[in-house]
Amino acid sequence: MKSLEDLKALREKLQADIKVRENSGTKIIVGMGTCGIAAGAREVMAAILDELAVRKLKNVQVQQTGCIGMCEKEVLVDVVRPGEPRITYGRVKPIDVKRIIAEHVINGRIIEDLVVGKIEGGEI
Amino acid sequence: MKEISLHILDLMQNSIEAGANWILLEVNENEDGFLTFSISDNGRGMSEDMLKKVRDPFVTTRKTRNVGMGIPFVEMTTKQSGGSLIMKSSSGKGTFLKASYLRDHLDRPPLGDVANTIKVFLVTNSHLHFIMHYCVGHKKFSFDSQVVTKLLGENLDFSYPEVYSWLGEYLTQEIDKVREAGGLK
Repeated sequence: MKSLEDLKALREKLQADIKVRENSGTKIIVGMGTCGIAAGAREVMAAILDELAVRKLKNVQVQQTGCIGMCEKEVLVDVVRPGEPRITYGRVKPIDVKRIIAEHVINGRIIEDLVVGKIEGGEI
Repeated sequence: MKEISLHILDLMQNSIEAGANWILLEVNENEDGFLTFSISDNGRGMSEDMLKKVRDPFVTTRKTRNVGMGIPFVEMTTKQSGGSLIMKSSSGKGTFLKASYLRDHLDRPPLGDVANTIKVFLVTNSHLHFIMHYCVGHKKFSFDSQVVTKLLGENLDFSYPEVYSWLGEYLTQEIDKVREAGGLK
């Protein structure tokens, strides 16, 4: 059973994590416009959140964006590692999420077969 | 959209894009035979003119494409299942919309996973003041994001894995309880 009482314990437990977190971490950005949502963005986002929780990756920020005009390639997921180009993955399915996080987010290896775009100096 | 909860997610994204920092979501799985949801926000709202045009898919405020499918999609699914979409809005004050579906209509989409929808939404909008009333008939569960953020203290929010994992499980559990109390389980 979960209750609001749990939050008090979480508050104590997480104080140390606040310091770990900086804006310098890796960002994952999911397209959540109508097109993204219709293509399965909620499931992809949920899979990303689950994977980050399981791997206890505290310094990764998850963000969302609206429609960027590549509706046919949704679900779009961008990964931006500090100081590296912004990589856009297209037609991402929940099953691809573990790979993206293990290969790219953690180890910095771009998954070429899923890439649909690359922006140099894509730091945002 | 496969599920009504995806429409809810899409429409709440509209609220965010309209600059809202307060959203009230009300879901009722059995309001006199209808499944209904309503969203109120304090975003910039729409003029009377825009409000008339927004049901047309070829009207949108975005620049990246020339069609806006969100509201036409919702209206289509409500009408296909014997319901309707009501919208009220005024410039500078916010928007209210309410969608209703005949509960037992064959073409009514499933409601889907509301708890997971709210979790995903709040992780990336963690500074939003979000209130939800989830009802089945007169049985009700209320959730207020500010109650959670106050208990967590100012430096923590829904973007922390432990917090969003808690949120997903808590909402799933409380929604299940209301559904059971309302005779849906």
